Amino acid sequence: MRKKLGLIVNPVAGIGGRVGLKGSDGPQILKMALDMGAVPESPRRAREALEKLGPAKDDIEIVTWPRAMGEEAAVAGGFAPTVMPAALKDYTTSEDTEEAARRITAHGVDLLMFAGGDGTARNIFNALGNALPVLGIPAGVKIHSAVYANSPSSAGRLALNFLTRKGRRNVREAEVMDIDEDAFRENRLSARLYGYLNVPYERSLIQSAKAGSQSNEEVAMDAIASDVITNMTDEHLYIIGSGTTTRAIMSKLGLPNTLLGIDAVFKKQLVGSDLNESRLLELLKNRKGKIVVTVIGGQGHVFGRGNQQISPAVIKSVGTENIIIVATENKLLGLNGQPLLVDTGDAAVNQMLRGYAKVVVGLHRRIVYRVSY
Amino acid sequence: MKKVKLRKFHAASWDEPFIMQMGNAGERGILVPGVDPEIAQAVGEVESLVPENMRRQTPPALPELSQYHVLQHYLRMSQMTMGMETGIDIGEGTCTMKYSPKINEQLVRLPKMTEVHPCQDEETLQGILEIMYKLQGFLSAISGMDMFTFQPGGGANAVYTNACVFRKYHEERGELAQRDEMITTIFSHPCDAATPATAGFKVINLMPDKNGYPDLDALKAVVSEHTAGIMMTNPEDTGLYNPNVEEYVKAVHDAGGLCFTDQANANSIMGIARARDAGFDACHFNIHKTFSSIHGCEGPASGAYGVREELAKYLPVPVVTFDGQTYHLDYERPHSIGKVRSFMGNLECIVRAYAWIRSLGPDGLRLVSETAVINHNYLDKLLMKIRGVTRPYGPDKRRLEQARYSLEKMYQDTGVGTIEVRDRMVDFGIQSYWTSHHPWIVPHPFTPEACETYSREDIEYWAAVIAQISKEAYEDPQIVMNAPHTQAIRKMINLEQLEEPEKCSLTWRAYKRKKELA
Repeated sequence: MRKKLGLIVNPVAGIGGRVGLKGSDGPQILKMALDMGAVPESPRRAREALEKLGPAKDDIEIVTWPRAMGEEAAVAGGFAPTVMPAALKDYTTSEDTEEAARRITAHGVDLLMFAGGDGTARNIFNALGNALPVLGIPAGVKIHSAVYANSPSSAGRLALNFLTRKGRRNVREAEVMDIDEDAFRENRLSARLYGYLNVPYERSLIQSAKAGSQSNEEVAMDAIASDVITNMTDEHLYIIGSGTTTRAIMSKLGLPNTLLGIDAVFKKQLVGSDLNESRLLELLKNRKGKIVVTVIGGQGHVFGRGNQQISPAVIKSVGTENIIIVATENKLLGLNGQPLLVDTGDAAVNQMLRGYAKVVVGLHRRIVYRVSY
Repeated sequence: MKKVKLRKFHAASWDEPFIMQMGNAGERGILVPGVDPEIAQAVGEVESLVPENMRRQTPPALPELSQYHVLQHYLRMSQMTMGMETGIDIGEGTCTMKYSPKINEQLVRLPKMTEVHPCQDEETLQGILEIMYKLQGFLSAISGMDMFTFQPGGGANAVYTNACVFRKYHEERGELAQRDEMITTIFSHPCDAATPATAGFKVINLMPDKNGYPDLDALKAVVSEHTAGIMMTNPEDTGLYNPNVEEYVKAVHDAGGLCFTDQANANSIMGIARARDAGFDACHFNIHKTFSSIHGCEGPASGAYGVREELAKYLPVPVVTFDGQTYHLDYERPHSIGKVRSFMGNLECIVRAYAWIRSLGPDGLRLVSETAVINHNYLDKLLMKIRGVTRPYGPDKRRLEQARYSLEKMYQDTGVGTIEVRDRMVDFGIQSYWTSHHPWIVPHPFTPEACETYSREDIEYWAAVIAQISKEAYEDPQIVMNAPHTQAIRKMINLEQLEEPEKCSLTWRAYKRKKELA
């Protein structure tokens, strides 16, 4: 049976990059970029990804949006796509991306690919939630979201394997992050974690045949949660950072969890949900604390992305020896040897965190990993 | 290198049923004589000898076959399997699939060997005890350790023995509660992490630095009063010998920990480098790899575990001792960790290793290692010319007896990855290769090891197969993607299916249940 692949190209994603505008949010920036001679990057990158689908071209039907939002890239990639009827303006906006996402998936697809940047990923997340497997083709200026493959061609390979493999298809939850572009243009970096999307997960890259079947990511997260909980003391306040790995700890404790925010646990009971910096500092008054944080997939950020609530003041109050970093082995290996990163906004605190951390990767298992900034 | 002609090969395919599906009711392989009437009269019904509550109510559901059909079935199965001695087995890096001289096989099949029982009195076991005692001496000379045990039934069992010995050492010093962390490296063999975990330690893994060696700064950052020891491999599967290994040992010793080296990769260092000289407190050898006892499904394994004097009292019981006249099995060892396995070890492995070492002598052993390293370096030269093959870490550093390569470039260029190449190799009448220990840090890995027993032609043939598959991958990838083409089965089982219990059965009973045959 032919597989259906949804395709959305955000034709303006990354357009500011080559002309040094740091992103392309907002019509004025977009116009400025075009006036400066910026050439859209994403259609070319989408085509590059689609070319990798060549071997299965006859078995894949591409469902896409007109013209620059997918049709042109699909045709250039050698496909005869099914194009949904839609009227396009000269300048496409996030509303176009969201509408395309809704209508293409309503048509029924096995996988939705989108070429763009962090903003595009957010649009997809807004439109669909975590309803079906999606995969980003990187075309943005500086991508923080782990829903993107490392390159257009690896996006193509992942999609090809995902669509053509028999049996179970593996997906993993990957972060949708976005930065505040106004702040970014003023050289301040402020990234937020918006949610998670399911992306194809190619385990063959990390799976050893001799070792036999390796427990999946959920099992690994459960083991990590067991380790953290086993070592919990009654005297510490546990500040639980955002993310799916830390969510496993809360779920094992039977406590409600704020996926995108910071919670606090004392004596294995929830004492605060979705806390900001001042609430955290308040809870830490007269109490020893520990911080449990995870690693942003593909980026390696431990502090400063999606958990700015855990501020330099909070970190100083707790002390570096009381920071517990948790991550699955696959996530660490996925960093390809790049160090874990801290970007707390305070150079002295960054310096304090620098060095080596014993990252909890399983029950009684640690990997010593370099931390840098 | 002259042009290699690739063989046309086709495996037998017998479409054999399971043995459980074969035969006919009443068919027999051996007719067991009935009980003599006199005996029956004396002891009564045979069944009465079994307590009533232990007697089975229904006969076992075994297949009923003649001897001839049993033999035929298993011969057919063997024809559908490629034995290491039918195909060139260079691909199994870290497994040291060398040729084992068959004369040693004859020795272990002598009645003197096959008829002894471990429960015999030691006075009647003097011959085998002498062999064990002398082999201990040989391995001590090779490694610099003081005493060995052969009780472990394989490499991981020996490595586990080490975790237990380290545990006992710290326990007797009253530091076990505090020293609960065992350090290992991510490129070490997985048993170096798994067995200390089994022995109750927390396990700390070191990542490789940019040169492929374990990150020494990371080690220095984590050693502490909690460190029980380090269990590492040198050379690791990258084939890189770690020239600064003494610094790792020193860092751990300075923190009060002990140091163990996993010598599954010892085929490159016999007569050249000794574990003790690098400061290690303990080491092991895989007798079934390095010392030419057969390896893999062809026979039982043997892990020889050796320690320096101070740790000798912790070795499993019994140990073989010699008083100048008689050999003894010494059980009176109050500090011993006890037993890690029943009896004394897999004796046939020990006898083969003893005979093999005696046939070579010290110079011969060194020549084995030198030849293994030269063989691999010749293979390396041939492989590195093949499109899509890379070898991460230390591009200018010489590898020893094996190395880990990557087909990531081939995969990115063509979509053909290491699994597909592996499945295609067998079409040329050689063993498929082994990829990598878990986890895969090198993407799309493969790990060959051209042991000392392969000829130049063997090595060239093996490299020519990889070159041919690379050519196919770049010109017509579907040939590789759909491989194997000439095998008994079309595709190797997808390992992920083993995680889906409804799709696999490990026993006939489970198979029947899932297929609703019963």
